[in-house]
Amino acid sequence: MKEILVCGGTGCISGDSRLVHDALEQELSRQGLEAEFKLKYTGCHGFCEQGPVILVTPKDNFYCKVAPQDVPNLIHQLKEGKVYDELLYVEPTTNERILTRHDVPFYKKQQRLVLKNCGIIDPENIDDYLSSCGYKSLQKVLKLQPEQVIQEIKTSGLRGRGGGGFPTGTKWDFARKSVADNKYIICNADEGDPGAFMDRSLSEGDPHAVLEGMLIAGYAIGAQEGYIYIRAEYPLAVKRLSIAIEQAKARGYLGKNLLGSKFDFSIKIKQGAGAFVCGEETALMESIQGNRGMPRPRPPYPAVKGLWDRPSNINNVETLANVPVIMEMGSERYAQIGTEKSKGTKIFALTGKVNNTGLAEVPMGITLREVVFDIGGGVSDGKKFKAVQIGGPSGGCLTEEHLDLPIDYDSLLEAGAMMGSGGLVVMDESTCMVELARFFLSFSRHESCGKCTPCREGNTRLLEILQRIVEGNGEMEDLDRLQSLGENIIQSSLCGLGQTAPNPILSTLKYFRQEYELHVKNKVCPAGVCKALLSYKVMEDKCKACGLCKKSCPTEAITGEKKQAHKIDVSKCAQCGVCMEKCPFDAIIRG
Amino acid sequence: MVSITINGNQYSVPADYSILKAAEENGINIPTLCYEEGLTITGSCRMCVVEVKGVRKLLASCATPVTEGMEVQTESERVISARRDILRLLIANHDLRCLTCERNGDCRLQDYCYRYKVEDTPYKGDKKHYPIDTDNHFFIRDYSKCIKCGKCVSICAEVNGAHVYDFMERGFDTKVTSAFDDTLQETTCTACGMCVNVCPVGALVEKSVLWEGRPWEVKKVTTTCSYCGVGCQLKLKVKDDRIIGVTADKSGSNLGHLCAKGQFGWEYVHSQDRLTDPLIKRNGVFEKASWEEALTYVAHRLQGILQERGGQAFAGLSSAKCTNEENYLFQKFMRTVLHTNNVDHCARL
Ligand SMILES: Cc1cc2nc3c(=O)[nH]c(=O)nc-3n(C[C@H](O)[C@H](O)[C@H](O)COP(=O)(O)O)c2cc1C
Ligand code: SF4
Ligand code: SF4
Repeated sequence: MKEILVCGGTGCISGDSRLVHDALEQELSRQGLEAEFKLKYTGCHGFCEQGPVILVTPKDNFYCKVAPQDVPNLIHQLKEGKVYDELLYVEPTTNERILTRHDVPFYKKQQRLVLKNCGIIDPENIDDYLSSCGYKSLQKVLKLQPEQVIQEIKTSGLRGRGGGGFPTGTKWDFARKSVADNKYIICNADEGDPGAFMDRSLSEGDPHAVLEGMLIAGYAIGAQEGYIYIRAEYPLAVKRLSIAIEQAKARGYLGKNLLGSKFDFSIKIKQGAGAFVCGEETALMESIQGNRGMPRPRPPYPAVKGLWDRPSNINNVETLANVPVIMEMGSERYAQIGTEKSKGTKIFALTGKVNNTGLAEVPMGITLREVVFDIGGGVSDGKKFKAVQIGGPSGGCLTEEHLDLPIDYDSLLEAGAMMGSGGLVVMDESTCMVELARFFLSFSRHESCGKCTPCREGNTRLLEILQRIVEGNGEMEDLDRLQSLGENIIQSSLCGLGQTAPNPILSTLKYFRQEYELHVKNKVCPAGVCKALLSYKVMEDKCKACGLCKKSCPTEAITGEKKQAHKIDVSKCAQCGVCMEKCPFDAIIRG
Repeated sequence: MVSITINGNQYSVPADYSILKAAEENGINIPTLCYEEGLTITGSCRMCVVEVKGVRKLLASCATPVTEGMEVQTESERVISARRDILRLLIANHDLRCLTCERNGDCRLQDYCYRYKVEDTPYKGDKKHYPIDTDNHFFIRDYSKCIKCGKCVSICAEVNGAHVYDFMERGFDTKVTSAFDDTLQETTCTACGMCVNVCPVGALVEKSVLWEGRPWEVKKVTTTCSYCGVGCQLKLKVKDDRIIGVTADKSGSNLGHLCAKGQFGWEYVHSQDRLTDPLIKRNGVFEKASWEEALTYVAHRLQGILQERGGQAFAGLSSAKCTNEENYLFQKFMRTVLHTNNVDHCARL
């Protein structure tokens, strides 16, 4: 039977994929085709840019930007055993229509290991998960000794995908060795980085894989209870995880004496209110306990004294979703993927000025160039590549010279960025790096919990300095202040938020110092972004007095009669740039 | 025991020590603002950061246990640079009216600025201003001076158990205050004043000391609280032979903890109405008497009543202000000398 897999990830839903699904359902039933085609509402396919997307098996024909009104035609073609050309992906450089998903450049260089079920199975149906080897890894694990399980994870080389990159097997070992009446497994699904959505997509698209990872971790360290800490802004993920928990309970994958063993395990969901700092492990545990989400110093580490003062092991969603994969394929085979010190794959959320935005899972060690240009399809609107911000507000920017850098934990750290949770924002020549740093800093400042002095007070001061610079009031000493205060905040803050918040400033200062200097010394924003530094001028010799600029100016700053070169009154100009866009003769310049 | 090196010198210290404690016991001072012995270590002010060999970031010495072979620098260039920035950041958001501050001269923030030569701050910008809360009877809350060390939060929750304070808002907007930012009367505050005693700056100040004298003019006299048998140690703040306030003394069994009576209930000492001599009522009027005279009179009357009416005519009420030993003697006296079991105690104060 052919399957029609409609993307039901949050991105496609916002593009009305639910209506597409319902239209397909009606059309199939109207034509009595239910026996021929199985319709599924799946998790995210990753290529959000092209949503709503549909995949049709067995040939994996990939349809993009499907609207409900396309459905009759689509079904008509499918019924005939044909492909509906109109909706196939068009390769922008060659204008060629691409028939199957694996030939779409966005997917070509991906290695969808952890995302293998996302977009394929119905996440609200446990049978679908079971039929794609679901819970097989758990069965395998229950026949091993916990120490053997930990050894497998150690051999696989798996490192935490939540940002820190700590070896997962070692962490489990610590928790295993702590003695207590109860232990906890915590799944960190807080995902607070702006622009990151891999954990959400995994939870929405393959919730049982996350549960299975938690179960295996629980068995390995000797825990009986698990918590999933997830932000309340992820209602669909919460819903699908809740359904998965209920179904797993009903089938005996959660509860007492699992699959006839002596292992008991239960999972609760705790919804967070969405503070970024609650993704930090100690703050997260405070939040589960009903306290204010503020980090506490470590040691004691969670493996010794965590949730409710019991030994706890906390892992990221993606880390946990890797676990069943490793157990299924074997740790040694898994360890062949990636680089020497960074094994396996990593999911990136590709956003910004790139043609193909979406979610891409790539083997570690792939170069930045491959991700941005092959998978991402290059910079959008034919503009020039400038930099990427990798690792979100805690990360740093990398430039053209880093394009051939292999993406792994250590190379990124060395280059002044970090893996972070996997946010990758592409920037083109029209991005102002000072403004970019200001943007990320305003996020970190807003999200600081306020507990420790450097982060609470210091980030506000950094932001104030940046604000001055983008407004044209900066002085050269400000650049030194950014550097030295930034370094001190990194050195002395209590938790990872403060310890990384100045990174976007320090890395842009390092690679784009000249841009800062132009803002400060020349009061110029070379990217043409910082409004206070922009002025618009009509070049008299080019002006044909058509009057279009005058009509479009919202503040009536432009004057001029017929056959007379027009003029912009700087005191009235709001620097919106509309006139420049409207002028058919390129007579208006920005300086 | 582990052996560690601090500033180039080797020391042997118990394995459960923090770097801070190890340094302190060996005469090396590390500045702290949020650390308070006996309270949970929050590691929030970051003043006590030190450099540990092989570790990329600076570590809070209060929260870092010593390990064998650890090499610590407590005043390296990196450490001093971080501390100076912390101080500059704190004073950038602090009401710097030191001239008239009650803590002028007895303020950690001032001391450390002096120690690290922080004369001013380059970080000019937003500054928090809060109206001074004078609503409660005993102390003012001036949060424009608060450095958010959180010690008042901890002592109230962990020692008193009243949980009056917590952090409100977050980031730069963080304010340490009572629930719903209410006045203390609206909370579970028991007016023990321990928050005032731990505040390292002039954010919490007893009303009784306001404008009464600079810290260096005030003598601190260690004494025992006269309210109950616990015998808490405390320090009286004395200026010109008059008590103006009380502060903690950690040497006694109460470890510096106090209740409202010991902390704020000392006004009676200077009361005009205090009895200073024994009085005997003669012809309906109290007249001054000597102790000899008064005690003889009491003994005589007690004996008379005992002979006339027997022990059941007596009832004795003793005081919680007395020690256990005194209370023991009192009941013994009632039972064996006055032959009555009618004896009780006022521990319902
Ligand atoms: C400010 C801050 C935010 C964080 N947010 C997240 C998050 O959203 N998700 C996550 O998995 N880890 C987050 N972390 C990292 C966690 O503290 C922790 O290291 C991680 O969950 C461990 O899992 P892993 O070993 O599987 O990566 C954050 C850390 C900091 C300092
Ligand atoms: S670094 Fe920032 S977020 Fe972390 S404890 Fe300090 S104030 Fe809170
Ligand atoms: S009021 Fe005083 S003790 Fe309380 S947090 Fe502020 S500075 Fe610290």
